[in-house]
Amino acid sequence: MNTPKTGARRRAIVGHSLAVLIGAAALTGCVQIETPDKPIEINLNINIRQEVVYRLDGDAKKLIEQNSEIF
Amino acid sequence: MMRFKMWKPTGLALAAIAATAAVALAVPSAMAQRDPAYAAARAAGQIGEQPDGYLGFASTPTPAIRALVQDLNIKRKAAYTERAQATGSTVEQFAFTSGCNLIANTKPGEKYQAPDGRWLTRDDSPPVRNASCP
Repeated sequence: MNTPKTGARRRAIVGHSLAVLIGAAALTGCVQIETPDKPIEINLNINIRQEVVYRLDGDAKKLIEQNSEIF
Repeated sequence: MMRFKMWKPTGLALAAIAATAAVALAVPSAMAQRDPAYAAARAAGQIGEQPDGYLGFASTPTPAIRALVQDLNIKRKAAYTERAQATGSTVEQFAFTSGCNLIANTKPGEKYQAPDGRWLTRDDSPPVRNASCP
């Protein structure tokens, strides 16, 4: 009477651990992202810089006009 | 007759004042012009504009040209520093923005440095500038 129950339980446990393993494997697969390399960083820097450059452009033009002897 | 004689010196004084004013007006524009040695080195392509807002050497300079460029770059840095403080930016940011404009302002035949470091000669087409330039 006990034996089939234990068998079922064992099978269930094995099934669970398999599911956990598969899940873990799947998770590992998800987590494995390529480490962000330089290009991403460079693009960010360019965006920040571009904002600054656009903001300063008028002042830079004025400076060049008003000090033409050094430019 | 007497009256005329009395007015004459006043007229001369006024003319003198006008002449002084004309000179005072003319001086800033004369000062605003490039040093002839600088203009010549620029036109000859010995020196050119760098993307960082300073002048650089497109070919090995003579000691005189080197000194001239160093002097101009010191003056540029002082100007950039003052404007950077006034605009709440860094000297590098202000200098870089000026560099974008200075390269855009180069005349055909003048040298400028591309973002990859090559010295190029400006022609009628737009110059090769950093992607951040407006």
